[in-house]
Amino acid sequence: MKIEADTTVCIGAGMCALTVPKVFDQSEEDGTVVLLDPSPPAELEDAVRRAVTLCPSGALSVS
Amino acid sequence: MSDLTLTTRRERPLDPPDRFTELGERAHLHRMAYADGHQGWLVTGYAAARAVLADPRFSNRPELAHPPVAARLELLKEMQEQQFRVPPGFFLRMDAPEHTRYRKLLAGQFTVRRMNQLEPRIEEIAEACLDRMEAGERPADLVEAFALPIPSLVICELLGVPYADRERFQADSKVLFGLDSEGADVIAAMTSISTYLYGLIQHKRAEPGDDLLSGLVAGGELTDEELTGVAFLLLVAGHETTANMLGLGTYALLTDPGQLAVLRDDPSLMDNAVEELLRHLTIIHLGPVRTALEDVEVEGTVIAKGEAVTLHLPVANRDPERFPGGGRLDVTRPATGHLAFGHGIHQCLGQQLARIEMRVGYAALLRRLPGLRLAVPPEEVPMRTDMSIYGVHRLPVTW
Repeated sequence: MKIEADTTVCIGAGMCALTVPKVFDQSEEDGTVVLLDPSPPAELEDAVRRAVTLCPSGALSVS
Repeated sequence: MSDLTLTTRRERPLDPPDRFTELGERAHLHRMAYADGHQGWLVTGYAAARAVLADPRFSNRPELAHPPVAARLELLKEMQEQQFRVPPGFFLRMDAPEHTRYRKLLAGQFTVRRMNQLEPRIEEIAEACLDRMEAGERPADLVEAFALPIPSLVICELLGVPYADRERFQADSKVLFGLDSEGADVIAAMTSISTYLYGLIQHKRAEPGDDLLSGLVAGGELTDEELTGVAFLLLVAGHETTANMLGLGTYALLTDPGQLAVLRDDPSLMDNAVEELLRHLTIIHLGPVRTALEDVEVEGTVIAKGEAVTLHLPVANRDPERFPGGGRLDVTRPATGHLAFGHGIHQCLGQQLARIEMRVGYAALLRRLPGLRLAVPPEEVPMRTDMSIYGVHRLPVTW
């Protein structure tokens, strides 16, 4: 799994950081998503997919 | 022509009006008559509501809006007559890219990590409220003693608004959200809050503190008028929403002893219970409203350019296709993904703060007052059907 994050679209709602803190964090400056692990291990895939669905601004995608 | 109009009157205090629940079971989009005669739409389906909220072809600019209820029509007319403008920093009613600039200036202040750092202070505040409640008379009003002071103190400390001034803006805030308030009174209340906050901003320019507003002043990116609009939005939103979730959520638990027992027996359910209470209660019960900037197809229906769409979040959050048995409160249900904080670019900026205030608040309440119960029959609790944010006006409790 490979995650992509578009910080120009991100509004810093924090749903990703709340859902999978091992993979997502937020910038102190403007709250936008910081990818801690763009290729997370398999056991986190379900949680990452949930985070992608929860993102209100469509900033996250997985392939 | 549809004669369907939006109402906040309910048959049962914790359920959306029956008519809208029934509509939601039949279809996801409905024709609706707006207060100015405009024929627009009402969305009751979860997926459709989410699609509209996430779609930049739907605008949140006030000048394009149609009023979903009569109270807002009178206010709009009064605003036009008085040439009243909301302050320029009030970014809730802006589209991208204008909205983006303000949102990004603030989102760093409301991150999950930063909000988690506030948890010990929120615990202190909750404990102090309960100390005072226990030392006081019984029955007590839980709204006045607990549900309002917690978010109120927290947002005041965070923004750098003196808590001692709260009576002033809390009274104005009541007028602002009252559906029976006269248009002129609402404008007077908005002016009063704006005037107060403008003065506060100027004070912070002269004598900065280490609070959020002082930080924004020092950042130098916003004018005093913009700072006033930003402060207005954060102060008012920070007060009314979480206070009503704490009050109404407690009412919901006290009138459902089975669910209260489940939560009390397993405190690890608290985070989930907060999501479920947010979903089940959905206190934003009059909107949001958006306007189509072009023809947009939603689930096979074309919403024409210029048409207004009201999202009925309480019904959408009980859509059986998304939340089976959604009419029931179930603190063990996987409830994340609800629309109680909205969706799209305007999804609540303070949601992570609200979550912690609820987690800490409910937990402290259950731990400290195990015998907590209503002091009046449930039907005697005055409900906020007359306010644009739902909840309880008062919650008489004893323990």
